[in-house]
Amino acid sequence: MEEKPQGCGRITGAVLGEPPPEAPELSGTKTTAREERMGARVGQKAPDFNAPAYFKGGFTNVQLSNSFGKWILLCFYPGDFTFV
Amino acid sequence: MSAVADKHKDLQALGVEVFSVSVDSHFVHKMWNDHELSKMVDGGVPFHMLSDQAGNIGRAYGVYDEAQGIELRGRFIIDPDGVIQAMEVLTPPVGRKFAETVRQIQAYQLVRASKGTEATPAGWMPGEPVLKPGPDLVGNVWKVWKPHE
Repeated sequence: MEEKPQGCGRITGAVLGEPPPEAPELSGTKTTAREERMGARVGQKAPDFNAPAYFKGGFTNVQLSNSFGKWILLCFYPGDFTFV
Repeated sequence: MSAVADKHKDLQALGVEVFSVSVDSHFVHKMWNDHELSKMVDGGVPFHMLSDQAGNIGRAYGVYDEAQGIELRGRFIIDPDGVIQAMEVLTPPVGRKFAETVRQIQAYQLVRASKGTEATPAGWMPGEPVLKPGPDLVGNVWKVWKPHE
Protein backbone atom coordinates (compact mmCIF):
# COMPACT_ATOMS: atom_id res chain seq x y z
CA MET A 1 0.00 0.00 0.00
CA GLU A 2 2.01 2.90 -1.26
CA GLU A 3 2.05 6.39 0.17
CA LYS A 4 0.85 8.86 -2.41
CA PRO A 5 1.14 12.62 -2.51
CA GLN A 6 -2.15 14.17 -1.50
CA GLY A 7 -3.47 16.67 -3.99
CA CYS A 8 -6.61 18.71 -3.61
CA GLY A 9 -8.63 16.91 -6.25
CA ARG A 10 -11.65 14.92 -5.19
CA ILE A 11 -10.12 11.49 -5.36
CA THR A 12 -12.35 8.55 -4.74
CA GLY A 13 -12.55 4.82 -4.85
CA ALA A 14 -12.69 3.29 -8.31
CA VAL A 15 -13.66 -0.12 -9.52
CA LEU A 16 -10.94 -1.75 -11.57
CA GLY A 17 -11.38 -3.38 -14.92
CA GLU A 18 -13.86 -0.94 -16.39
CA PRO A 19 -13.47 2.43 -18.16
CA PRO A 20 -13.26 5.50 -15.94
CA PRO A 21 -16.60 7.19 -15.32
CA GLU A 22 -17.29 10.15 -17.58
CA ALA A 23 -16.73 13.59 -16.09
CA PRO A 24 -19.83 14.85 -14.31
CA GLU A 25 -21.68 17.67 -16.01
CA LEU A 26 -21.60 20.90 -14.07
CA SER A 27 -25.11 21.91 -14.98
CA GLY A 28 -28.11 19.65 -14.88
CA THR A 29 -27.16 17.93 -11.67
CA LYS A 30 -29.83 15.27 -12.03
CA THR A 31 -27.94 12.04 -11.97
CA THR A 32 -28.74 9.67 -14.74
CA ALA A 33 -29.38 6.17 -13.56
CA ARG A 34 -26.17 4.27 -13.94
CA GLU A 35 -26.04 0.82 -15.33
CA GLU A 36 -26.04 -1.60 -12.47
CA ARG A 37 -22.83 -3.54 -12.49
CA MET A 38 -23.61 -7.09 -11.63
CA GLY A 39 -20.97 -7.28 -9.00
CA ALA A 40 -21.02 -8.81 -5.62
CA ARG A 41 -22.57 -12.23 -5.21
CA VAL A 42 -21.60 -15.02 -2.89
CA GLY A 43 -19.53 -17.67 -4.61
CA GLN A 44 -18.28 -15.12 -7.15
CA LYS A 45 -15.02 -13.22 -7.35
CA ALA A 46 -15.06 -10.00 -5.33
CA PRO A 47 -15.01 -6.91 -7.61
CA ASP A 48 -11.53 -5.42 -7.45
CA PHE A 49 -11.05 -1.74 -6.69
CA ASN A 50 -8.62 0.97 -5.76
CA ALA A 51 -9.29 3.54 -3.07
CA PRO A 52 -7.52 6.22 -1.09
CA ALA A 53 -7.35 5.33 2.58
CA TYR A 54 -6.44 6.59 5.99
CA PHE A 55 -4.27 4.19 7.97
CA LYS A 56 -2.57 4.83 11.28
CA GLY A 57 -1.73 8.48 10.81
CA GLY A 58 -0.98 8.33 7.08
CA PHE A 59 -2.71 8.32 3.73
CA THR A 60 -2.28 5.34 1.43
CA ASN A 61 -3.87 3.71 -1.54
CA VAL A 62 -5.50 0.30 -1.19
CA GLN A 63 -6.09 -2.17 -3.99
CA LEU A 64 -8.28 -5.04 -2.85
CA SER A 65 -6.56 -7.69 -4.97
CA ASN A 66 -3.23 -6.96 -3.27
CA SER A 67 -4.72 -8.68 -0.25
CA PHE A 68 -5.99 -11.75 -2.09
CA GLY A 69 -4.27 -14.72 -0.51
CA LYS A 70 -5.56 -13.66 2.90
CA TRP A 71 -9.06 -13.66 4.35
CA ILE A 72 -10.63 -10.22 3.99
CA LEU A 73 -13.44 -8.56 5.90
CA LEU A 74 -14.86 -5.68 3.86
CA CYS A 75 -17.27 -3.44 5.77
CA PHE A 76 -19.32 -0.62 4.30
CA TYR A 77 -21.08 1.83 6.62
CA PRO A 78 -23.22 4.95 6.15
CA GLY A 79 -20.77 7.54 7.32
CA ASP A 80 -18.21 8.83 9.77
CA PHE A 81 -19.61 10.53 12.87
CA THR A 82 -22.93 8.70 12.63
CA PHE A 83 -24.28 7.11 15.75
CA VAL A 84 -24.60 3.37 15.31
CA MET B 1 -16.95 0.46 13.01
CA SER B 2 -15.67 1.08 16.52
CA ALA B 3 -16.90 -2.41 17.45
CA VAL B 4 -14.72 -3.93 14.73
CA ALA B 5 -11.78 -1.73 15.70
CA ASP B 6 -12.14 -2.81 19.33
CA LYS B 7 -12.07 -6.52 18.42
CA HIS B 8 -9.51 -6.23 15.66
CA LYS B 9 -7.06 -8.52 17.49
CA ASP B 10 -9.55 -11.37 17.24
CA LEU B 11 -9.60 -10.93 13.46
CA GLN B 12 -5.83 -10.64 13.23
CA ALA B 13 -5.56 -13.93 15.12
CA LEU B 14 -7.67 -15.49 12.37
CA GLY B 15 -5.44 -13.95 9.69
CA VAL B 16 -8.15 -11.57 8.49
CA GLU B 17 -7.40 -8.22 6.84
CA VAL B 18 -10.07 -5.60 7.54
CA PHE B 19 -11.07 -2.73 5.27
CA SER B 20 -13.82 -0.25 6.08
CA VAL B 21 -15.43 1.83 3.33
CA SER B 22 -17.67 4.89 3.36
CA VAL B 23 -18.37 7.89 1.17
CA ASP B 24 -16.39 10.13 3.51
CA SER B 25 -13.00 11.36 2.34
CA HIS B 26 -9.87 9.86 3.85
CA PHE B 27 -9.31 13.29 5.41
CA VAL B 28 -12.61 12.97 7.29
CA HIS B 29 -11.64 9.41 8.26
CA LYS B 30 -8.56 10.91 9.91
CA MET B 31 -10.68 13.42 11.82
CA TRP B 32 -13.14 10.75 12.92
CA ASN B 33 -10.29 8.57 14.13
CA ASP B 34 -8.49 11.40 15.87
CA HIS B 35 -11.50 13.03 17.50
CA GLU B 36 -13.81 10.15 18.32
CA LEU B 37 -12.75 6.58 17.56
CA SER B 38 -9.33 6.91 19.19
CA LYS B 39 -11.21 7.78 22.39
CA MET B 40 -13.19 4.53 22.16
CA VAL B 41 -10.41 2.24 20.99
CA ASP B 42 -6.86 2.25 22.35
CA GLY B 43 -4.43 3.34 19.67
CA GLY B 44 -7.18 4.34 17.26
CA VAL B 45 -8.49 2.47 14.25
CA PRO B 46 -6.07 -0.38 13.45
CA PHE B 47 -7.23 -1.05 9.87
CA HIS B 48 -7.39 0.85 6.59
CA MET B 49 -10.36 3.22 6.28
CA LEU B 50 -11.17 3.56 2.59
CA SER B 51 -12.82 6.50 0.86
CA ASP B 52 -15.42 5.96 -1.85
CA GLN B 53 -16.75 9.47 -2.33
CA ALA B 54 -18.32 8.78 -5.71
CA GLY B 55 -19.90 5.53 -4.54
CA ASN B 56 -18.18 3.50 -7.27
CA ILE B 57 -17.15 0.68 -4.99
CA GLY B 58 -20.48 0.68 -3.17
CA ARG B 59 -22.31 0.31 -6.47
CA ALA B 60 -20.13 -2.61 -7.48
CA TYR B 61 -21.03 -4.32 -4.21
CA GLY B 62 -24.72 -3.40 -4.38
CA VAL B 63 -24.68 -1.33 -1.19
CA TYR B 64 -24.75 2.23 -2.52
CA ASP B 65 -28.01 4.05 -1.78
CA GLU B 66 -28.47 6.50 -4.65
CA ALA B 67 -31.27 8.41 -2.92
CA GLN B 68 -29.31 9.17 0.21
CA GLY B 69 -25.82 9.16 -1.26
CA ILE B 70 -24.56 6.81 1.41
CA GLU B 71 -23.45 3.23 1.71
CA LEU B 72 -25.57 0.69 3.54
CA ARG B 73 -24.09 -1.53 6.23
CA GLY B 74 -22.67 -4.18 3.94
CA ARG B 75 -20.33 -6.80 5.30
CA PHE B 76 -18.46 -9.18 2.99
CA ILE B 77 -16.26 -12.13 3.90
CA ILE B 78 -13.77 -12.76 1.08
CA ASP B 79 -11.66 -15.94 1.02
CA PRO B 80 -7.98 -16.18 0.03
CA ASP B 81 -9.00 -16.88 -3.58
CA GLY B 82 -10.77 -13.52 -3.69
CA VAL B 83 -14.19 -15.18 -3.70
CA ILE B 84 -17.03 -13.67 -1.65
CA GLN B 85 -18.22 -16.37 0.75
CA ALA B 86 -20.71 -14.40 2.82
CA MET B 87 -22.47 -11.08 2.73
CA GLU B 88 -24.87 -9.27 5.03
CA VAL B 89 -26.50 -5.93 4.27
CA LEU B 90 -28.41 -3.89 6.84
CA THR B 91 -30.12 -0.53 6.58
CA PRO B 92 -28.43 2.20 8.63
CA PRO B 93 -30.26 2.22 11.99
CA VAL B 94 -29.31 -1.31 13.05
CA GLY B 95 -25.71 -2.26 13.76
CA ARG B 96 -24.05 -5.57 13.07
CA LYS B 97 -23.15 -8.25 15.59
CA PHE B 98 -19.43 -8.75 15.54
CA ALA B 99 -19.50 -12.20 17.12
CA GLU B 100 -21.57 -13.54 14.23
CA THR B 101 -19.03 -12.27 11.72
CA VAL B 102 -16.24 -14.05 13.60
CA ARG B 103 -18.32 -17.24 13.80
CA GLN B 104 -18.89 -17.22 10.04
CA ILE B 105 -15.20 -16.62 9.31
CA GLN B 106 -14.25 -19.53 11.59
CA ALA B 107 -16.82 -21.76 9.89
CA TYR B 108 -15.57 -20.87 6.39
CA GLN B 109 -11.98 -21.37 7.48
CA LEU B 110 -12.87 -24.83 8.79
CA VAL B 111 -14.65 -25.77 5.58
CA ARG B 112 -11.71 -24.54 3.52
CA ALA B 113 -9.16 -26.37 5.66
CA SER B 114 -11.15 -29.57 5.14
CA LYS B 115 -11.06 -28.93 1.39
CA GLY B 116 -14.83 -28.99 1.35
CA THR B 117 -15.19 -32.39 3.04
CA GLU B 118 -16.79 -30.84 6.13
CA ALA B 119 -19.76 -28.53 6.61
CA THR B 120 -21.03 -26.70 9.65
CA PRO B 121 -24.66 -27.17 10.73
CA ALA B 122 -26.99 -24.34 11.73
CA GLY B 123 -25.88 -22.55 14.86
CA TRP B 124 -22.46 -24.22 14.79
CA MET B 125 -19.89 -22.80 17.15
CA PRO B 126 -16.15 -23.56 17.08
CA GLY B 127 -15.44 -26.83 18.86
CA GLU B 128 -18.85 -28.30 18.11
CA PRO B 129 -19.30 -31.32 15.84
CA VAL B 130 -19.26 -30.75 12.09
CA LEU B 131 -20.97 -32.68 9.33
CA LYS B 132 -19.15 -34.80 6.78
CA PRO B 133 -21.45 -34.82 3.77
CA GLY B 134 -21.49 -38.13 1.92
CA PRO B 135 -23.65 -41.16 1.24
CA ASP B 136 -23.55 -42.27 4.88
CA LEU B 137 -24.95 -38.95 6.10
CA VAL B 138 -28.06 -39.01 3.92
CA GLY B 139 -31.05 -39.45 6.18
CA ASN B 140 -28.73 -39.72 9.18
CA VAL B 141 -28.13 -36.13 10.13
CA TRP B 142 -30.45 -36.70 13.11
CA LYS B 143 -27.89 -39.09 14.59
CA VAL B 144 -25.13 -36.52 14.70
CA TRP B 145 -26.91 -33.21 15.02
CA LYS B 146 -30.09 -31.87 16.56
CA PRO B 147 -31.43 -28.36 16.50
CA HIS B 148 -30.64 -26.74 19.80
CA GLU B 149 -31.66 -23.58 21.66
